[in-house]
Amino acid sequence: MPIEVLMPALSPTMEEGTLAKWHVKVGDQVTAGDVIAEIETDKATMEVEAADEGTVAKILVDEGTENVKVNDVIALLAEEGEDVSEAKAAPKKATPKTEPGQGEATSRETREKTGTERKQPKAEVESDPDIPEGTEFVSQTVREALRDAMAEEMRRDERVFVMGEEVAQYEGAYKVTQGLLAEFGDRRVVDTPITEHGFAGLGVGAAMAGLRPIVEFMTFNFAMQAMDQIINSAAKTRYMSGGQMSCPIVFRGPNGPASRVGAQHSQDYASWYAHIPGLIVIAPYSAADAKGLLKAAIRDPNPVVFLENEVLYGKSFEVPKLDDHVLPIGKARVMKEGKDVTLVSHSHGITYCLEAMVQLEEEGLDVELIDLRTIRPLDMETVIASVKKTNRLVTVEETWPVCGIGAEIAAEVQARAFDYLDAPILRVAQKNVPMPYAANLEKLALPSAEEVVEAVKTVCYR
Amino acid sequence: MASRSSSRPAKAATKPAQKKQPKKAGGGPVPLSKDEELQAYRDMLLIRRFEEKAGQMYGMGLIGGFCHLYIGQEAVVVGMQGAIEEGDQVITGYRDHGHMLATGMDPKGVMAELTGRSGGYSKGKGGSMHMFSVEKKFYGGHGIVGAQVPLGTGLAFANKYRESGHVCLTYFGDGAANQGQVYESFNMAELWQLPVVYVIENNQYAMGTSVVRASAQTNLAKRGISFNIPGEQVDGMDVRAVREAGKRAVEACRAGKGPYILEMMTYRYRGHSMSDPAKYRAKEEVNKMRAEHDPIEQVRLRLVEAKSLSEDDLKQIDKEIKAIVNEAAEFAQSSAEPDASELWTDVLAEVEA
Repeated sequence: MPIEVLMPALSPTMEEGTLAKWHVKVGDQVTAGDVIAEIETDKATMEVEAADEGTVAKILVDEGTENVKVNDVIALLAEEGEDVSEAKAAPKKATPKTEPGQGEATSRETREKTGTERKQPKAEVESDPDIPEGTEFVSQTVREALRDAMAEEMRRDERVFVMGEEVAQYEGAYKVTQGLLAEFGDRRVVDTPITEHGFAGLGVGAAMAGLRPIVEFMTFNFAMQAMDQIINSAAKTRYMSGGQMSCPIVFRGPNGPASRVGAQHSQDYASWYAHIPGLIVIAPYSAADAKGLLKAAIRDPNPVVFLENEVLYGKSFEVPKLDDHVLPIGKARVMKEGKDVTLVSHSHGITYCLEAMVQLEEEGLDVELIDLRTIRPLDMETVIASVKKTNRLVTVEETWPVCGIGAEIAAEVQARAFDYLDAPILRVAQKNVPMPYAANLEKLALPSAEEVVEAVKTVCYR
Repeated sequence: MASRSSSRPAKAATKPAQKKQPKKAGGGPVPLSKDEELQAYRDMLLIRRFEEKAGQMYGMGLIGGFCHLYIGQEAVVVGMQGAIEEGDQVITGYRDHGHMLATGMDPKGVMAELTGRSGGYSKGKGGSMHMFSVEKKFYGGHGIVGAQVPLGTGLAFANKYRESGHVCLTYFGDGAANQGQVYESFNMAELWQLPVVYVIENNQYAMGTSVVRASAQTNLAKRGISFNIPGEQVDGMDVRAVREAGKRAVEACRAGKGPYILEMMTYRYRGHSMSDPAKYRAKEEVNKMRAEHDPIEQVRLRLVEAKSLSEDDLKQIDKEIKAIVNEAAEFAQSSAEPDASELWTDVLAEVEA
């Protein structure tokens, strides 16, 4: 049997990449550890090493091929004395084994694929009324949109600088700050030691002195180290100073469950920060919103917690081609109008909704989907107006339900639109357990499109 | 007694730190001019009388919550204030009334904040631990022990970013000196050569825990050694010694040599806060300190000995200070409570259109 060389993943959330270069040709002898190829994504480049000894028998994916799926067979190695001339050239997918009845233990990326790319195009979304009609659009990843937002604001305002772990020379642990060091230099793109509490506080002090820091947390899981500075120093100072002291700072970075990284690296902090008066909390889904809202956040005179999502970084969206695309903070977006039921979500939660909506539409249910975009202040007007129309509400979020965003929305809706409700409000959220590592358990812990479908059908009494 | 922990050659050349015990003229710290002595006397006396008044008003129920008095430590802020220039920033923790008065903030506004009135620096919404003055470059007033240290380091970062030439004085106590974020700040400040002087006000007790019971290394000036930050122990009861060491540190910062640590050996006469009976130390210890090392008395004696001032002149100054403090107390009681509408203001800044 020839040895299959598979397309490797560079990160827990990588789905596909470019096979940039082959370092070997058919007939070459390789030993374990030899660099045989280079692959790249928009985030990084990596060398592929041979895992076994053998002779390169077949190269199945040509140099320069884009969108090569993770785990596709890219080459075959022949063991000593083996003749592979007859080996099948057809690449086959390596799929993990699953236990019957346990559900498909595929990785998060696979769910991403099926969830968003296969079905999403069917669930058409409305255009954003905040973007002028006739605007031209370009396709951009969330990662690129965030980078552009920072670069544009740094060009516009000399007070803006970005600091954090690996933001400069490494160009961002998730490559969100790619290219910024080259353009703005190390005075304005500052690599910090691993010292979240310290650099968060330092950023707040710099903001009090009138600069406009963008503090990147490698992930928001690490921002718990800095919680005191975010809450006690950044959020409360304006009030405690009777309005004298401003703190114009943006804390940003990936938030929420990534993929297969376990309990300490998989948490959505939206409700933690949303609890605090004096903070603005933004959690965009699309690249257009990420760009427009990050620019708004940088310009805002208040401390802003800007929650990104690692799973969405590499996803492409249509981004308006405008010189200065700034969106209003505190305004939800009706992504799709509908009359039967309101779905409210934010950030990566939207992907479950979009997937669920395809099935729900097939079953004749007309769903209205609202992307909150800003978590604090919550745009309850948009939610209430929708509920008054549909009379039914399901909230979807990737955090625990207890004291979550859904809980807050449910409380507000029952207080302000009680008589309009035709069914109890239901919440779809992460299960009340720390995030497990095992693929099947992780899938069970997270919300899913199926759960959204079920909740929607329940509130519609179907 | 003098301790110096510099490993930076540029700073090793500077003079050794002053001894802890106060000295008579002729040896020890660089003497102050008559005017400087007089100014220091007035500034320290204002803080002393202000704090005594605040203590009284607390006892009368006019001041609520926590109230940490600065009595005994006056030479530290007054000496350091004499070492900086206009535009340099000051930030500290919760024992902050002295710092505010030293930076020139109006005693009326400070006292009215203590009573929670609209005339207070934070319109009554901050209280004893949370006052600010952008005008006087006083950046608070922070209630979480040690939190002001990264903030002050950030103010210094802004100074360097803007090449403003300003220095930030970041005060904290011997208690805060054991917080992790202090060392995170030291690391970044030295790494980026930020113009920040860390002034450790070692009053020997973190609430009820003495330094020896809390610190593996009780010489806090040495706490910067592993970051290559020079440190000095300074007699914090002698305003001349404070000022001299302060000037040395501030000059080094302004010259771009990075951070500097000054450990001020000082003492608070009162409890940690108004509700602390201070049973953890002997009365004799306090009395001895007051009798032998009082920062204000030292200056008064020098002024009298040098025949710079007569007892009558000093009485006149005392009277003037008392009047300022009484006026502040009066204002703090007559100023209206904040309007109920203030509950909802200043949470977020309005976005400029």
